[in-house]
Amino acid sequence: MSADGNGPMLRTEGLAKTFTLHLQGGLRLPVLRRVDLDVHPGECVALAGPSGAGKSTLLRSLYGNYRAEAGRILVRHDGAIVDIASALPRTVVGVRARTLGYVSQFLRVVPRVPAIDIVAQAARGIPYDEARTRAASWLTRLNIPARLQNLPPATFSGGEQQRVNLARGFIGCHPILLLDEPTASLDNDNRDIVIGMIREAKEAGVAIVGIFHDAAVRESVADRLYHVTPLQDAA
Amino acid sequence: MSAEADTLLAARGLGHGFGAIRALVDVGLDLWPGEVLAVVGESGSGKTTLLNVLSGRMQPESGVVWYRDPAGALHDVYQMSRPALRALHRSDWGFVHQNPRDNLRMRVSAGGNVGERLMAQGARNYASIRAEAIDWLTQVEIDADRVDDMPHTFSGGMLQRLQIARTLVTKPRLVFMDEPTGGLDVSVQARLLDLIRTLVARLHIAVVLVTHDLSVSRLLADRIVVMQRGRVVETGLTDQVLDDPQHPYTQLLVSSVLQA
Amino acid sequence: MQGYNFAYLDERTKRMIRRAVLKAVAIPGHQIPFGSREMPLPFGWGTGGLQVTAAVLGPEDVLKVIDQGADDTTNAVSLRRFFALTAGVATTTHTRDATVIQTRHRIPETALREDQIIVYQVPQPEPLSKLEPSRAETRQMHALAEYGLMHVKLYEDITRFGQVSISYDYPVMVNGRYLMAPSPIPAFDNPKMDMMPALQLFGAGREKRIYAVPPYTRVRSLDFEDHPFRLTRAPHACTLCGATDSYLDEVVTDDRGGRMFVCSDTDYCEERRAAAEAAA
Repeated sequence: MSADGNGPMLRTEGLAKTFTLHLQGGLRLPVLRRVDLDVHPGECVALAGPSGAGKSTLLRSLYGNYRAEAGRILVRHDGAIVDIASALPRTVVGVRARTLGYVSQFLRVVPRVPAIDIVAQAARGIPYDEARTRAASWLTRLNIPARLQNLPPATFSGGEQQRVNLARGFIGCHPILLLDEPTASLDNDNRDIVIGMIREAKEAGVAIVGIFHDAAVRESVADRLYHVTPLQDAA
Repeated sequence: MSAEADTLLAARGLGHGFGAIRALVDVGLDLWPGEVLAVVGESGSGKTTLLNVLSGRMQPESGVVWYRDPAGALHDVYQMSRPALRALHRSDWGFVHQNPRDNLRMRVSAGGNVGERLMAQGARNYASIRAEAIDWLTQVEIDADRVDDMPHTFSGGMLQRLQIARTLVTKPRLVFMDEPTGGLDVSVQARLLDLIRTLVARLHIAVVLVTHDLSVSRLLADRIVVMQRGRVVETGLTDQVLDDPQHPYTQLLVSSVLQA
Repeated sequence: MQGYNFAYLDERTKRMIRRAVLKAVAIPGHQIPFGSREMPLPFGWGTGGLQVTAAVLGPEDVLKVIDQGADDTTNAVSLRRFFALTAGVATTTHTRDATVIQTRHRIPETALREDQIIVYQVPQPEPLSKLEPSRAETRQMHALAEYGLMHVKLYEDITRFGQVSISYDYPVMVNGRYLMAPSPIPAFDNPKMDMMPALQLFGAGREKRIYAVPPYTRVRSLDFEDHPFRLTRAPHACTLCGATDSYLDEVVTDDRGGRMFVCSDTDYCEERRAAAEAAA
């Protein structure tokens, strides 16, 4: 993997993750073992596997939200290669700001902040007014009308919250995007809009790793599947 | 020594006790400009002692605290002269107390409270001091026409916001906060947290924030330090430590939080 | 007077006070603690000024004592008599003839000379006392020249009254370094302290502090750029001598609201009247 030019944007080497539950007497739950994954610009890799296999765990590990137990998670960032698994926390903050975006499954609600500001604050490096304009257009595209845009999303439906979450994830224009069940609580119309957004991102060269429960979505956007197999043993 | 290049504040080997009680045991940390670091722990964890040591208010029995001034020079905080340290506290550093009354002059108007640090630095034009005070009151969402009111007419949340305005008026690069939302009603807390979040991001202020409330640290902090009985048991990215806690104590803390 | 040392105090006490005075002169405006003695006067009646005068007085000195500008009030008379009895020095009511002037709450209108000493009676030597109750803290503030708090007070006055409301004991910066309480002289008198040729000594007996302003020292009244210090006096002429540049006392003359304004400085007023008569 090289820091510039062609080659993957994201690569994992021997990534492993085991949870140790100290409150349950140190019970160890291995979830990931020897994950080797490459994602190239413009490519969408879908994580496939049964429920509980560790797909979300893998996605969160890529983002640095879960700590990798072993292995490397290499990311092309600011003209260099960064290993998320061993980087300093402040480096990871920089990677997340500029290179690695993540759309979680559920919006984490911040009290008082209107939806439009939640989205605008995720637009980096542009003046506030312009960020708001862009946020408004993303939200409108995702069928969040203007009257809702100025409200904090705490009282929104699950689907509405998820659409705010999606707008927030896409507005940052990150070169790598991690999507965890992006269409899970959406109706068909909104699902199709999201498919369109993912396709546009791919065309713009974004490298995407996603979990798509909906087979139709998966088939529309995924170039490859990566199978996450559940590990049976618990020590 | 070393503090790494560009760290704003660095501590190594801090140790302190009160009689037989070890409040700090070999604590170290780094803070970079514009970064928010939360120090969490339960009562008796040493987090408040750590804050007092880091901010030059309590000399530790052992260890060192370095601070990098605006010119880039590194200083051992406890080797600084008292005048220099006090000047620092009035300018480049700020301290937000849990109880705003500890840091406000209750018999001086809101404008006087906000303007005091400016006057202490030599500001001598009444009109511009007042204008700047009004500007800051607006920034902390206090009505500008309360500039001449006495703090005893303010609510708890307003007092806390007034304290923040008073602290930020000299544009400090580093602010220490001790449970800034402690004791406030929940709705008031939300507003205050939002304000802190916005101001800190906009002004690129580095913050060391002591709190027992994990959700406050999740909202405000980039990094988190978990303390138990005077020791740092875990440290790292806030969301990582809270979503994937490694240390048994951190796992206990995280699992103990009730979800509304 | 039998049984008393010259000027009442024993020589060792005078030496202690003189040492404090020397320190005070060396650090203009800075308060020096001293071992205030029991004087035959209650605290609050000028014991500090009395002790300083007693320590600097010599047999050749000519003493003037004024109280609110007047030589003839009870207190001024008593203090003058005290020194006449215990030191046997000549006394006078004429500012020009005095070598040592002890004063309560006024500076004479007549400009003082290099060969004169003025001793102020001070009730509260700490200019920050009303703003910061802790003496330990005010000591730190003086040590570090942290005087923002006093400017806050001025700010508050301007906010509340449109102007600084301090009419006496108006705080000053001495020699550009120490904040000083000039004693409860009217703000009107403050400019006289600036670059005064005479030595100015301040004694607070109850609070046990001595401070000083050496001759020709800069003394600046605190203010804001856009609210500069202004002289305030009653907009009248003295009924007795016609002066328009002196500080005036308001005297009630009858029970029907009649009043007149006269110079507070009795000697100054008399001199002017005598000069007018001589010219006439």
